[in-house]
Amino acid sequence: MTQLALVIDLNVCVGCSACVTSCKEWNTSGSAGPLVDERPYGADPTGTFFNRVQTFEVGEFPATETVHFPKSCLHCEDPPCVPVCPTGASYKRKEDGIVLVDYDKCIGCKYCSWACPYGAREIDEKQKVMKKCTLCVDRIYDKNLAEIDRKPACVKACPTSARLFGDIHDPESVVSIAIRENGGYALMPEWGTHPANHYLPRRKTNLKIHEDELERADNPLKKDGKLPKPSKNEPSLDDISSW
Amino acid sequence: MGIFLKTKFKDRMSSIPLHDPTAPQEKCEIRKTTCYMCACRCGIRVHLKDGNVRYIDGNPDHPLNQGVICAKGSSGIMKQYSPARLTKPLKRKPGTERGAGEYEEIEWEEVFSTLSERLGRIRSTDPKKFALFTGRDQMQALTGLFARQFGTPNYAAHGGFCSVNMAAGMIYTIGGSFWEFGGPDLERAKLFVMIGTAEDHHSNPLKIALSKFKREGGRFISINPVRTGYSAIADEWVPIRPGTDGALFLALIHEIIALGLYDRDFLVRYTNAGQLVNLDAEHDEVGMFVRTEVPEEEGCYDPQNKLWWDRNTDKPVITHSEGADPYLFGEFKLADGTPVKPSFQLLQERVEEYTPEWASGITGIPAETIRRLAHEMGITARDQKIELPIAWTDSWGKEHDSVTGNPVAFHAMRGLAAHSNGFQTIRAMSILMSILGTIDRPGGFRHKAPFPRPIPPCARTPNTPLAVKPDHPLDGLPLGWPADPDDLFVDEKGEPVRIDKGFSWEYPLSVHGLMHNVITNAWKGDPYPIDMLLIFMANMAWNSTMNAVEVRNMMTDKNENGEYKIPFIAVCDAFHSEMTAFADIILPDTTYLERYDVMSMLDRPISEFDGPVDSVRIPVLPPTGDCRPFQEVLIELGTRLRLPAFVTREGKRKYRDYPDFIVNFETEPGSGIGFLSGWRGKAGEKFMRGEPNPKQWEMYAQNDCVHHYELPRSYQCMRNWNKGYLDWSQRNRITRYSEPILIHLYSEVLQKFRLAAQGKGITRKPPQRHAKRVEEFFDPLPFFYEPLETQMSDKGKFPLSAVTQRPMAMYHSWDSQNAWLRQIHAHNHLYVNASTAKFYGVEDGDWIWVESQWGKVRCMARHSEAVEPGTVWTWNAIGKAAGAWNLSPDANESQKGFLLNHLISEELP
Repeated sequence: MTQLALVIDLNVCVGCSACVTSCKEWNTSGSAGPLVDERPYGADPTGTFFNRVQTFEVGEFPATETVHFPKSCLHCEDPPCVPVCPTGASYKRKEDGIVLVDYDKCIGCKYCSWACPYGAREIDEKQKVMKKCTLCVDRIYDKNLAEIDRKPACVKACPTSARLFGDIHDPESVVSIAIRENGGYALMPEWGTHPANHYLPRRKTNLKIHEDELERADNPLKKDGKLPKPSKNEPSLDDISSW
Repeated sequence: MGIFLKTKFKDRMSSIPLHDPTAPQEKCEIRKTTCYMCACRCGIRVHLKDGNVRYIDGNPDHPLNQGVICAKGSSGIMKQYSPARLTKPLKRKPGTERGAGEYEEIEWEEVFSTLSERLGRIRSTDPKKFALFTGRDQMQALTGLFARQFGTPNYAAHGGFCSVNMAAGMIYTIGGSFWEFGGPDLERAKLFVMIGTAEDHHSNPLKIALSKFKREGGRFISINPVRTGYSAIADEWVPIRPGTDGALFLALIHEIIALGLYDRDFLVRYTNAGQLVNLDAEHDEVGMFVRTEVPEEEGCYDPQNKLWWDRNTDKPVITHSEGADPYLFGEFKLADGTPVKPSFQLLQERVEEYTPEWASGITGIPAETIRRLAHEMGITARDQKIELPIAWTDSWGKEHDSVTGNPVAFHAMRGLAAHSNGFQTIRAMSILMSILGTIDRPGGFRHKAPFPRPIPPCARTPNTPLAVKPDHPLDGLPLGWPADPDDLFVDEKGEPVRIDKGFSWEYPLSVHGLMHNVITNAWKGDPYPIDMLLIFMANMAWNSTMNAVEVRNMMTDKNENGEYKIPFIAVCDAFHSEMTAFADIILPDTTYLERYDVMSMLDRPISEFDGPVDSVRIPVLPPTGDCRPFQEVLIELGTRLRLPAFVTREGKRKYRDYPDFIVNFETEPGSGIGFLSGWRGKAGEKFMRGEPNPKQWEMYAQNDCVHHYELPRSYQCMRNWNKGYLDWSQRNRITRYSEPILIHLYSEVLQKFRLAAQGKGITRKPPQRHAKRVEEFFDPLPFFYEPLETQMSDKGKFPLSAVTQRPMAMYHSWDSQNAWLRQIHAHNHLYVNASTAKFYGVEDGDWIWVESQWGKVRCMARHSEAVEPGTVWTWNAIGKAAGAWNLSPDANESQKGFLLNHLISEELP
């Protein structure tokens, strides 16, 4: 059984928001659109986004980490948003595991957003239906698009290729390999939702310097006669012993 | 809660959706062009449905962005349909005041007749009374040509307050610079040191490269007062106090030399480290390299007539003599008794006192960290050498059977450059990069065509006011690269010719002009008043100016006769900005989706490390309303004014329009050099030089709007000294000379200015009031001083530094009003280190005043641990004037956002 998912690599995400607006741009005119903008040129502009980057700080100066954390629907394998839906609008596709909302059935009761522990759903204040990431289900199977374009808009856009897309049930997929090899993790596993989307942690590269690397036979100072030498007049063992 | 509901509603309703979410979308028409949401210039595909933009994505076949696109690029659709668009030429309503923002619509014919009448009068009386200054427009080759043809020296783009220190500091040292003309080779680097960078000109390519670099296990160190964006994913963040980067570099140089971690072979052959400097204090040429003879041919290059002191024969020899190996240290006496030292000895003496402990007190970085950084750089450069089996020949004819590289790459932005000590700071950084042996080598810094160029590049401004003549083009370029005081653009008294005082004794190496001085100087009438200011795409009334409040006042100020001190202001922009409100006439520009454009080799092309690349924009939509591309405006004006480049000998129209101009313009008749390098020649068979090709635009259109010439592998590195490359470059007229471009660790150019200030030599001398300053700052070796404005402020009263960054979602964009991007950043906060905030009693979210000796501004504070305690910072250019950009008067940008430019000045206190 296929379970499509995103794997988001926090090791390379620089928080540029390319995924945020490329998603908005594709989906606002796609089958899950429109994505409303309220007061787009006024006070406190707000609107529907399927994907947002949250930036936060961890630790105290100077040991501070700044984390860019892109977040969208995690397409849980056991999604709490589906069974709570009184109209069946919220559903999980059998063929690929994508969790979707059927706007024709949604009555905007928001049960699903209460049930989702990740805050991944947003009510569209104009249309009064619940909206969320579709993994660009209207792109990934579209034969009108070239094969390389049949990916979620955010994955295609991401300049650091921090967003990987594939089937986490296929052990040989790019996402499964990334999770396996880089310590990929799911958010809040204690909820038992089995999120399909995973995150890859920061990985640090350090350089260990050995003392002897600072002093070498080929030191150019030797050639230029500048290697520090003690003066002949400085004290030595000769001053004290005749052996 | 979730668990409970799960059982309650399980399987109650059908889960079959009422509509098929995978139903194929209607097919779109795809048109390719080049993005212009910022200065990066990615290839894009615009998907059109019924003639409207459905969406824009990255062009996967484009060399620059390889299919990716950023937040701005994806929001281009909201630029296109922005309610702030200008769609009709506007004239200030008769009887209303400038700045009131009351306009009436006019037709283009009135625009052209008004402008050509006024400009014609100025041109036939005193052409310098017309000033043309432009923003980050990427069309400086055309705007510069127009100014020169008009005959005014008063032309520049916004580089004077943005890029000038970076460009000048690096180009005067290594013959190339970061941003459009070079960058870090992250493909091969092992250690990447990024300094003062929030975002980059080359933003998507840098992101692509940085991600690969990290994934391949490269080590990434970020030096920055603030940890945002790229710094967030650095393996190590080194917080530094603003304006002190020069001290850090000098200490790193100190440590690297002291331990012998420099690349001696590189320094000897490819820099002036071994060249002997005349130290005879009585001599007119003290501080200059000693020379053997005057070369037969003088040109814009370093003649190979300097001396080394050879270790093998213990005698002075001509540099690069076969079998010779120079001393880099020591002092010697020439046969005539002249005392000399190798320039590297002088560098070592200079950095002697710049110890890590010294730098620590200035930068706030612990001395042991500075030492470790030096060790990491030196050891990685030395022990992780790259050797590629590529044979090449150097400028002295020596054959090399491999290209080697020291894989330490640097990258830097305005964070270290845009300070009043930025030039010497960038010199120090370039020297650090050079002593590590990383210039144009794999894994280090790599040039991009048309760089490297001679040090300094050959372009010169005129050096006399006689170059400005009524009804004549300017005799020289409006901007250039002075090589000595005789190249300055001053009159016989040594006073400036340009309105911004560029290339005068006040600002000798202001190679990008000084846009931020124009309005102030024109208002003061110092050095002279002007008649007309034409501003293209620069927000001089707001975030593209320093001292914004005063500058706004100057534009509305009148003389005793009730006339505006700046008599006529014309502004061309695509949007209602803060600046358009000060225009007497507004020219509505198109968006990037509505016009032709070139990213020309004559300007700042999108070249790659492996060879020259230029590109074009091709309109995908018709212009909105009655807007017109500024290029078309210039060509029309040039034709009406009968500027020689735009008309035939008989004074008739030469070019139908801009596309026709681009195809057929040649730098001189028959030169075969024009704006685009690709598909030249009658059938498009030639590159760089060839007859105009009537099908050139079609050929660009068929090739993703881009022309990429990949150099042979043996020409891709060591280009300062690569005989094959330099000959190729000369044959293709990219450069006039093919002489090697030795790195200037020691800058004779600066020494020439210093000597003039000391009254020595035969070049021009500065007016007395400038002599001391020129003597002090034109030091041939880098040195550290506190930024001048910091030296002059009362540190008891103003103990903190303030810096700005642009967020990635708005970097280099005009689109802060963009409906989607402003939902990411609608207003800005002042970020304050939590401990600093507590000390001053500032709570997170408080409204506070932030104050400098120039002014104060109200803002909201936010606590942060990602900023060093002596610094406060904010996102720049989010705050807007109420009502500008067609945002509602209560928009967050004006009610909660703020502009830090109110706290700075274009002049010292």
